[in-house]
Amino acid sequence: MEWTDAVAADEARKGNQYAFRVLVERHSRSIFRLAFRMTGNEQDAEDLVQETFLRAYKQLTQFDARSGFSTWLYRICSNCALDLIRARKRRNEQQPYSGDQFPLHWLDRVASPGPSPERLTQSKQITGQVEAALQRLSETERLAFVLRHYEGCDIEEIAATLGVQANAAKHSVFRAVQKLRRALEPAWGVAAR
Amino acid sequence: MIHFEEEQFVQAYYGEVDENTRRHLQECAACGAEFARLRDLLDSVRDYPVPERESSYGSDVWARLAPCLGPQAPPPKLRPAWFRWWILAPALAAFVVVVFVAGIVTGERRTGISARSRERVLLMAMSDHFDRSQILLTELVHANPGSSGLMAQREKARELLTENRLLRQSAVHMGDVSDADLLDALDRVLLDFANGSSTSPPDNLAALQQRIDNDALLFKVRISGADAREKGQKL
Repeated sequence: MEWTDAVAADEARKGNQYAFRVLVERHSRSIFRLAFRMTGNEQDAEDLVQETFLRAYKQLTQFDARSGFSTWLYRICSNCALDLIRARKRRNEQQPYSGDQFPLHWLDRVASPGPSPERLTQSKQITGQVEAALQRLSETERLAFVLRHYEGCDIEEIAATLGVQANAAKHSVFRAVQKLRRALEPAWGVAAR
Repeated sequence: MIHFEEEQFVQAYYGEVDENTRRHLQECAACGAEFARLRDLLDSVRDYPVPERESSYGSDVWARLAPCLGPQAPPPKLRPAWFRWWILAPALAAFVVVVFVAGIVTGERRTGISARSRERVLLMAMSDHFDRSQILLTELVHANPGSSGLMAQREKARELLTENRLLRQSAVHMGDVSDADLLDALDRVLLDFANGSSTSPPDNLAALQQRIDNDALLFKVRISGADAREKGQKL
Protein backbone atom coordinates (compact mmCIF):
# COMPACT_ATOMS: atom_id res chain seq x y z
CA MET A 1 0.00 0.00 0.00
CA GLU A 2 1.27 3.47 -0.86
CA TRP A 3 0.95 5.71 2.17
CA THR A 4 -0.17 8.97 0.60
CA ASP A 5 -1.42 11.56 3.08
CA ALA A 6 -5.05 10.86 2.17
CA VAL A 7 -4.65 7.08 2.58
CA ALA A 8 -2.74 7.44 5.85
CA ALA A 9 -5.29 9.92 7.24
CA ASP A 10 -8.12 7.58 6.28
CA GLU A 11 -6.41 4.60 7.93
CA ALA A 12 -5.56 6.65 11.03
CA ARG A 13 -9.21 7.65 11.30
CA LYS A 14 -10.07 3.95 11.48
CA GLY A 15 -7.72 3.58 14.45
CA ASN A 16 -4.55 2.50 12.68
CA GLN A 17 -1.80 4.09 14.77
CA TYR A 18 0.92 3.13 12.33
CA ALA A 19 -0.80 5.28 9.71
CA PHE A 20 -0.81 8.25 12.06
CA ARG A 21 2.84 7.61 12.77
CA VAL A 22 3.56 7.89 9.05
CA LEU A 23 1.90 11.31 9.02
CA VAL A 24 3.74 12.50 12.13
CA GLU A 25 7.12 11.43 10.77
CA ARG A 26 6.40 12.99 7.39
CA HIS A 27 5.19 16.40 8.57
CA SER A 28 7.02 17.05 11.86
CA ARG A 29 9.86 19.08 10.37
CA SER A 30 7.65 21.39 8.33
CA ILE A 31 5.35 21.94 11.31
CA PHE A 32 8.39 22.71 13.46
CA ARG A 33 9.54 25.31 10.90
CA LEU A 34 6.15 26.99 10.86
CA ALA A 35 5.91 26.89 14.67
CA PHE A 36 9.38 28.33 15.07
CA ARG A 37 8.73 31.15 12.63
CA MET A 38 5.53 31.96 14.46
CA THR A 39 7.07 32.02 17.94
CA GLY A 40 10.78 32.69 17.39
CA ASN A 41 11.48 30.29 20.25
CA GLU A 42 12.72 26.71 19.98
CA GLN A 43 11.04 25.32 23.09
CA ASP A 44 7.71 26.91 22.22
CA ALA A 45 8.00 25.47 18.72
CA GLU A 46 8.58 21.98 20.16
CA ASP A 47 5.49 22.36 22.37
CA LEU A 48 3.46 23.51 19.38
CA VAL A 49 4.53 20.51 17.29
CA GLN A 50 3.36 18.17 20.04
CA GLU A 51 0.09 20.03 20.56
CA THR A 52 -0.60 20.22 16.82
CA PHE A 53 -0.38 16.46 16.36
CA LEU A 54 -2.39 15.80 19.51
CA ARG A 55 -5.20 18.03 18.26
CA ALA A 56 -4.95 16.56 14.78
CA TYR A 57 -5.32 13.05 16.21
CA LYS A 58 -8.43 14.05 18.14
CA GLN A 59 -9.95 15.88 15.20
CA LEU A 60 -9.14 13.36 12.47
CA THR A 61 -12.81 12.73 11.83
CA GLN A 62 -13.16 16.39 10.85
CA PHE A 63 -10.41 16.19 8.23
CA ASP A 64 -11.81 16.69 4.76
CA ALA A 65 -9.64 14.77 2.30
CA ARG A 66 -10.38 17.33 -0.45
CA SER A 67 -8.05 19.80 1.27
CA GLY A 68 -4.42 18.78 1.68
CA PHE A 69 -3.40 17.16 4.94
CA SER A 70 -0.46 19.54 5.32
CA THR A 71 -2.75 22.57 4.85
CA TRP A 72 -5.05 21.16 7.51
CA LEU A 73 -2.10 20.63 9.87
CA TYR A 74 -0.88 24.18 9.19
CA ARG A 75 -4.29 25.45 10.21
CA ILE A 76 -4.18 23.51 13.47
CA CYS A 77 -0.61 24.59 14.18
CA SER A 78 -1.51 28.22 13.42
CA ASN A 79 -4.42 28.10 15.85
CA CYS A 80 -2.21 26.59 18.55
CA ALA A 81 0.38 29.30 17.90
CA LEU A 82 -2.24 32.03 18.14
CA ASP A 83 -3.42 30.60 21.47
CA LEU A 84 0.13 30.57 22.75
CA ILE A 85 1.05 34.04 21.49
CA ARG A 86 -2.12 35.60 22.89
CA ALA A 87 -1.54 33.96 26.26
CA ARG A 88 2.07 35.20 26.24
CA LYS A 89 1.02 38.67 25.21
CA ARG A 90 -1.43 38.92 28.11
CA ARG A 91 1.30 37.73 30.43
CA ASN A 92 3.90 40.12 29.03
CA GLU A 93 1.60 43.08 29.46
CA GLN A 94 2.70 42.85 33.07
CA GLN A 95 6.36 43.03 31.99
CA PRO A 96 7.00 45.99 29.65
CA TYR A 97 8.85 45.09 26.46
CA SER A 98 12.59 45.64 26.38
CA GLY A 99 14.53 45.51 23.14
CA ASP A 100 17.11 43.22 24.76
CA GLN A 101 14.65 40.41 25.36
CA PHE A 102 14.83 38.68 21.99
CA PRO A 103 16.13 35.15 22.31
CA LEU A 104 19.29 34.98 20.29
CA HIS A 105 20.75 31.98 22.13
CA TRP A 106 19.45 29.45 19.57
CA LEU A 107 21.37 31.21 16.80
CA ASP A 108 24.54 29.56 18.03
CA ARG A 109 23.01 26.21 17.13
CA VAL A 110 21.93 27.12 13.61
CA ALA A 111 24.11 25.18 11.20
CA SER A 112 26.21 27.59 9.15
CA PRO A 113 29.52 26.04 8.10
CA GLY A 114 32.21 28.28 6.74
CA PRO A 115 31.44 31.98 7.18
CA SER A 116 33.95 34.32 8.75
CA PRO A 117 33.35 35.58 12.30
CA GLU A 118 32.47 39.03 10.90
CA ARG A 119 29.96 37.54 8.48
CA LEU A 120 28.53 35.41 11.28
CA THR A 121 28.17 38.43 13.55
CA GLN A 122 26.50 40.38 10.78
CA SER A 123 24.20 37.46 10.02
CA LYS A 124 23.20 37.19 13.69
CA GLN A 125 22.60 40.91 13.77
CA ILE A 126 20.34 40.74 10.74
CA THR A 127 18.46 37.73 12.08
CA GLY A 128 18.00 39.48 15.41
CA GLN A 129 16.59 42.50 13.61
CA VAL A 130 14.21 40.35 11.57
CA GLU A 131 13.05 38.58 14.72
CA ALA A 132 12.57 41.92 16.48
CA ALA A 133 10.59 43.26 13.53
CA LEU A 134 8.45 40.10 13.36
CA GLN A 135 7.74 40.35 17.09
CA ARG A 136 6.28 43.79 16.57
CA LEU A 137 3.63 42.51 14.15
CA SER A 138 0.21 41.61 15.45
CA GLU A 139 -0.33 37.85 15.71
CA THR A 140 -2.55 37.77 12.62
CA GLU A 141 -0.09 39.83 10.60
CA ARG A 142 2.76 37.57 11.64
CA LEU A 143 0.84 34.43 10.81
CA ALA A 144 -0.32 35.81 7.47
CA PHE A 145 3.22 36.86 6.59
CA VAL A 146 4.83 33.57 7.65
CA LEU A 147 2.30 31.58 5.64
CA ARG A 148 2.68 33.80 2.57
CA HIS A 149 6.39 34.47 2.64
CA TYR A 150 7.94 31.29 4.01
CA GLU A 151 5.34 28.62 3.39
CA GLY A 152 4.18 29.87 -0.01
CA CYS A 153 0.47 29.63 0.85
CA ASP A 154 -1.91 31.55 -1.40
CA ILE A 155 -4.35 34.15 -0.13
CA GLU A 156 -7.30 31.72 -0.02
CA GLU A 157 -5.36 29.28 2.17
CA ILE A 158 -4.28 32.09 4.49
CA ALA A 159 -7.85 33.37 4.68
CA ALA A 160 -9.08 29.87 5.57
CA THR A 161 -6.41 29.50 8.24
CA LEU A 162 -7.17 32.89 9.78
CA GLY A 163 -10.91 32.41 9.40
CA VAL A 164 -11.31 35.72 7.54
CA GLN A 165 -12.26 36.93 4.06
CA ALA A 166 -9.61 36.89 1.32
CA ASN A 167 -9.40 40.69 1.29
CA ALA A 168 -8.69 40.80 5.02
CA ALA A 169 -5.98 38.15 4.60
CA LYS A 170 -4.42 40.12 1.76
CA HIS A 171 -4.49 43.26 3.87
CA SER A 172 -2.80 41.44 6.78
CA VAL A 173 0.05 40.40 4.50
CA PHE A 174 0.36 43.96 3.22
CA ARG A 175 0.35 45.48 6.72
CA ALA A 176 3.03 42.98 7.79
CA VAL A 177 5.28 43.86 4.84
CA GLN A 178 4.71 47.55 5.44
CA LYS A 179 5.71 47.27 9.11
CA LEU A 180 8.75 45.14 8.30
CA ARG A 181 9.90 47.74 5.78
CA ARG A 182 9.52 50.55 8.27
CA ALA A 183 11.46 48.58 10.86
CA LEU A 184 14.21 47.13 8.70
CA GLU A 185 14.97 49.57 5.94
CA PRO A 186 16.65 52.21 8.10
CA ALA A 187 18.96 49.60 9.67
CA TRP A 188 19.59 47.61 6.51
CA GLY A 189 20.52 50.62 4.44
CA VAL A 190 23.97 49.93 5.90
CA ALA A 191 23.99 46.41 7.28
CA ALA A 192 22.49 44.23 4.55
CA ARG A 193 23.81 45.73 1.37
CA MET B 1 2.16 58.50 -15.60
CA ILE B 2 0.41 57.13 -12.52
CA HIS B 3 2.77 55.33 -10.14
CA PHE B 4 1.93 52.22 -8.16
CA GLU B 5 0.74 52.16 -4.56
CA GLU B 6 2.76 50.23 -1.98
CA GLU B 7 0.17 47.45 -1.86
CA GLN B 8 0.57 46.82 -5.59
CA PHE B 9 4.33 46.33 -5.16
CA VAL B 10 3.65 43.75 -2.46
CA GLN B 11 1.19 41.91 -4.71
CA ALA B 12 3.70 42.03 -7.55
CA TYR B 13 6.40 40.54 -5.32
CA TYR B 14 4.18 37.56 -4.56
CA GLY B 15 3.34 37.07 -8.22
CA GLU B 16 -0.18 38.48 -8.14
CA VAL B 17 0.36 40.57 -11.26
CA ASP B 18 -1.27 40.94 -14.63
CA GLU B 19 0.48 41.78 -17.89
CA ASN B 20 -0.12 45.56 -17.55
CA THR B 21 1.49 45.66 -14.12
CA ARG B 22 4.50 43.72 -15.32
CA ARG B 23 4.93 46.04 -18.27
CA HIS B 24 4.62 49.11 -16.06
CA LEU B 25 7.32 47.85 -13.72
CA GLN B 26 9.65 47.39 -16.68
CA GLU B 27 8.93 50.75 -18.25
CA CYS B 28 8.62 53.08 -15.24
CA ALA B 29 12.04 53.77 -13.72
CA ALA B 30 10.63 55.11 -10.43
CA CYS B 31 8.31 52.14 -9.86
CA GLY B 32 11.00 49.71 -11.04
CA ALA B 33 13.47 51.10 -8.50
CA GLU B 34 10.89 51.05 -5.70
CA PHE B 35 9.98 47.46 -6.55
CA ALA B 36 13.67 46.46 -6.57
CA ARG B 37 14.12 47.90 -3.05
CA LEU B 38 11.14 45.95 -1.77
CA ARG B 39 12.31 42.77 -3.50
CA ASP B 40 15.81 43.05 -1.99
CA LEU B 41 14.41 43.52 1.48
CA LEU B 42 11.93 40.66 1.26
CA ASP B 43 14.54 38.37 -0.29
CA SER B 44 16.84 39.10 2.64
CA VAL B 45 14.11 38.36 5.16
CA ARG B 46 13.68 34.98 3.46
CA ASP B 47 17.07 33.93 4.84
CA TYR B 48 15.76 34.04 8.41
CA PRO B 49 17.10 30.71 9.68
CA VAL B 50 15.29 27.97 11.54
CA PRO B 51 17.23 25.69 13.92
CA GLU B 52 18.15 22.45 12.19
CA ARG B 53 16.31 19.25 13.01
CA GLU B 54 17.80 15.80 12.39
CA SER B 55 16.26 13.53 9.79
CA SER B 56 15.14 11.37 12.73
CA TYR B 57 13.14 14.27 14.16
CA GLY B 58 9.80 12.80 13.03
CA SER B 59 10.55 9.57 14.93
CA ASP B 60 11.50 11.57 18.03
CA VAL B 61 8.20 13.47 17.86
CA TRP B 62 6.35 10.19 17.49
CA ALA B 63 8.16 8.69 20.50
CA ARG B 64 6.98 11.62 22.64
CA LEU B 65 3.50 11.62 21.15
CA ALA B 66 2.61 7.93 21.13
CA PRO B 67 2.13 7.54 24.92
CA CYS B 68 -0.30 10.48 24.90
CA LEU B 69 -2.48 8.76 22.31
CA GLY B 70 -3.00 5.70 24.50
CA PRO B 71 -6.40 5.29 26.11
CA GLN B 72 -5.45 4.93 29.77
CA ALA B 73 -2.61 5.70 32.13
CA PRO B 74 -1.10 2.62 33.87
CA PRO B 75 -2.91 1.50 37.03
CA PRO B 76 -1.47 2.87 40.30
CA LYS B 77 0.71 0.61 42.43
CA LEU B 78 -0.71 -0.64 45.70
CA ARG B 79 0.71 1.42 48.54
CA PRO B 80 -0.63 2.59 51.87
CA ALA B 81 -3.23 5.30 51.28
CA TRP B 82 -1.25 8.01 53.12
CA PHE B 83 1.87 7.31 51.00
CA ARG B 84 0.31 8.06 47.60
CA TRP B 85 1.83 11.11 45.96
CA TRP B 86 -1.49 12.66 45.04
CA ILE B 87 -2.34 12.79 48.71
CA LEU B 88 1.06 13.95 50.00
CA ALA B 89 1.85 16.44 47.22
CA PRO B 90 -1.42 18.42 47.34
CA ALA B 91 -1.25 18.54 51.13
CA LEU B 92 2.26 19.92 50.97
CA ALA B 93 1.38 22.35 48.16
CA ALA B 94 -1.76 23.50 49.99
CA PHE B 95 0.38 24.15 53.05
CA VAL B 96 2.81 26.27 50.99
CA VAL B 97 -0.08 28.21 49.45
CA VAL B 98 -1.75 28.82 52.83
CA VAL B 99 1.56 30.09 54.19
CA PHE B 100 1.95 32.28 51.12
CA VAL B 101 -1.55 33.76 51.32
CA ALA B 102 -1.08 34.36 55.02
CA GLY B 103 2.14 36.14 54.10
CA ILE B 104 0.30 38.42 51.69
CA VAL B 105 -2.42 39.23 54.17
CA THR B 106 0.03 40.11 56.91
CA GLY B 107 2.78 41.23 54.56
CA GLU B 108 2.40 44.93 55.15
CA ARG B 109 3.01 44.44 58.81
CA ARG B 110 6.19 42.46 58.29
CA THR B 111 9.56 43.34 56.92
CA GLY B 112 11.36 39.96 56.93
CA ILE B 113 10.21 38.49 53.57
CA SER B 114 10.85 40.36 50.36
CA ALA B 115 8.21 40.67 47.63
CA ARG B 116 10.58 38.80 45.35
CA SER B 117 10.69 35.78 47.67
CA ARG B 118 6.91 35.77 47.97
CA GLU B 119 6.53 35.87 44.21
CA ARG B 120 9.01 33.04 43.84
CA VAL B 121 7.11 30.84 46.31
CA LEU B 122 3.85 31.58 44.49
CA LEU B 123 5.33 30.79 41.09
CA MET B 124 6.79 27.47 42.25
CA ALA B 125 3.51 26.51 43.96
CA MET B 126 1.64 27.53 40.80
CA SER B 127 3.98 25.49 38.60
CA ASP B 128 3.54 22.41 40.83
CA HIS B 129 -0.23 22.86 40.80
CA PHE B 130 -0.36 23.17 37.02
CA ASP B 131 1.81 20.04 36.66
CA ARG B 132 -0.56 17.97 38.76
CA SER B 133 -3.61 19.46 37.08
CA GLN B 134 -2.07 18.54 33.73
CA ILE B 135 -1.73 14.90 34.81
CA LEU B 136 -5.36 14.80 35.95
CA LEU B 137 -6.64 16.50 32.78
CA THR B 138 -4.64 14.05 30.64
CA GLU B 139 -6.23 11.13 32.48
CA LEU B 140 -9.62 12.75 32.03
CA VAL B 141 -9.38 13.35 28.30
CA HIS B 142 -8.24 9.77 27.75
CA ALA B 143 -10.88 8.22 30.00
CA ASN B 144 -13.50 6.07 28.36
CA PRO B 145 -16.99 7.49 29.07
CA GLY B 146 -18.32 3.98 29.42
CA SER B 147 -15.73 2.82 31.94
CA SER B 148 -15.62 2.82 35.76
CA GLY B 149 -16.44 5.74 38.03
CA LEU B 150 -12.95 7.29 38.07
CA MET B 151 -13.13 7.52 41.85
CA ALA B 152 -9.40 8.11 42.37
CA GLN B 153 -9.43 10.92 39.81
CA ARG B 154 -12.47 12.55 41.41
CA GLU B 155 -10.68 12.49 44.75
CA LYS B 156 -7.65 14.14 43.14
CA ALA B 157 -9.91 16.78 41.57
CA ARG B 158 -11.38 17.65 45.00
CA GLU B 159 -7.89 18.09 46.44
CA LEU B 160 -6.75 20.21 43.52
CA LEU B 161 -9.88 22.33 43.79
CA THR B 162 -9.02 23.64 47.25
CA GLU B 163 -5.51 24.50 46.20
CA ASN B 164 -6.75 25.98 42.93
CA ARG B 165 -8.95 28.48 44.76
CA LEU B 166 -6.16 29.61 47.05
CA LEU B 167 -3.85 30.09 44.09
CA ARG B 168 -6.51 31.96 42.14
CA GLN B 169 -7.01 34.29 45.09
CA SER B 170 -3.25 34.88 45.23
CA ALA B 171 -3.03 35.49 41.49
CA VAL B 172 -5.84 38.06 41.69
CA HIS B 173 -4.11 39.70 44.64
CA MET B 174 -0.84 39.90 42.66
CA GLY B 175 -2.66 41.34 39.61
CA ASP B 176 -1.79 38.28 37.50
CA VAL B 177 -4.89 38.37 35.28
CA SER B 178 -3.72 35.70 32.88
CA ASP B 179 -3.15 33.02 35.52
CA ALA B 180 -6.26 34.07 37.43
CA ASP B 181 -8.36 33.53 34.28
CA LEU B 182 -6.80 30.14 33.64
CA LEU B 183 -7.28 29.05 37.26
CA ASP B 184 -10.87 30.18 36.99
CA ALA B 185 -11.44 28.00 33.92
CA LEU B 186 -9.67 25.11 35.65
CA ASP B 187 -11.86 25.62 38.73
CA ARG B 188 -15.05 25.11 36.71
CA VAL B 189 -13.79 21.88 35.15
CA LEU B 190 -12.47 20.49 38.45
CA LEU B 191 -15.71 21.39 40.19
CA ASP B 192 -17.92 19.74 37.57
CA PHE B 193 -15.79 16.62 37.56
CA ALA B 194 -15.40 16.40 41.35
CA ASN B 195 -19.16 16.72 41.85
CA GLY B 196 -19.99 14.02 39.32
CA SER B 197 -20.68 10.54 40.66
CA SER B 198 -19.73 7.07 39.53
CA THR B 199 -23.31 6.70 38.32
CA SER B 200 -23.27 9.87 36.22
CA PRO B 201 -24.23 9.25 32.62
CA PRO B 202 -21.29 8.83 30.22
CA ASP B 203 -22.47 11.96 28.39
CA ASN B 204 -21.30 14.11 31.30
CA LEU B 205 -17.73 12.93 30.95
CA ALA B 206 -17.86 13.31 27.17
CA ALA B 207 -19.12 16.88 27.57
CA LEU B 208 -16.32 17.62 30.02
CA GLN B 209 -13.74 16.17 27.63
CA GLN B 210 -15.20 18.31 24.86
CA ARG B 211 -14.97 21.42 27.04
CA ILE B 212 -11.32 20.71 27.91
CA ASP B 213 -10.62 20.24 24.24
CA ASN B 214 -12.52 23.33 23.04
CA ASP B 215 -10.84 25.60 25.59
CA ALA B 216 -7.42 24.04 24.86
CA LEU B 217 -7.22 23.82 28.64
CA LEU B 218 -4.60 21.08 28.75
CA PHE B 219 -2.33 23.04 26.44
CA LYS B 220 -2.75 26.28 28.39
CA VAL B 221 -2.09 24.53 31.70
CA ARG B 222 1.08 22.97 30.27
CA ILE B 223 2.38 26.30 28.93
CA SER B 224 1.49 28.25 32.06
CA GLY B 225 3.12 25.61 34.27
CA ALA B 226 6.33 25.81 32.27
CA ASP B 227 6.23 29.62 32.30
CA ALA B 228 5.67 29.80 36.05
CA ARG B 229 8.55 27.37 36.67
CA GLU B 230 10.89 29.32 34.43
CA LYS B 231 10.00 32.66 35.99
CA GLY B 232 10.26 31.22 39.49
CA GLN B 233 13.70 29.79 38.80
CA LYS B 234 14.90 33.14 37.50
CA LEU B 235 13.86 35.01 40.62
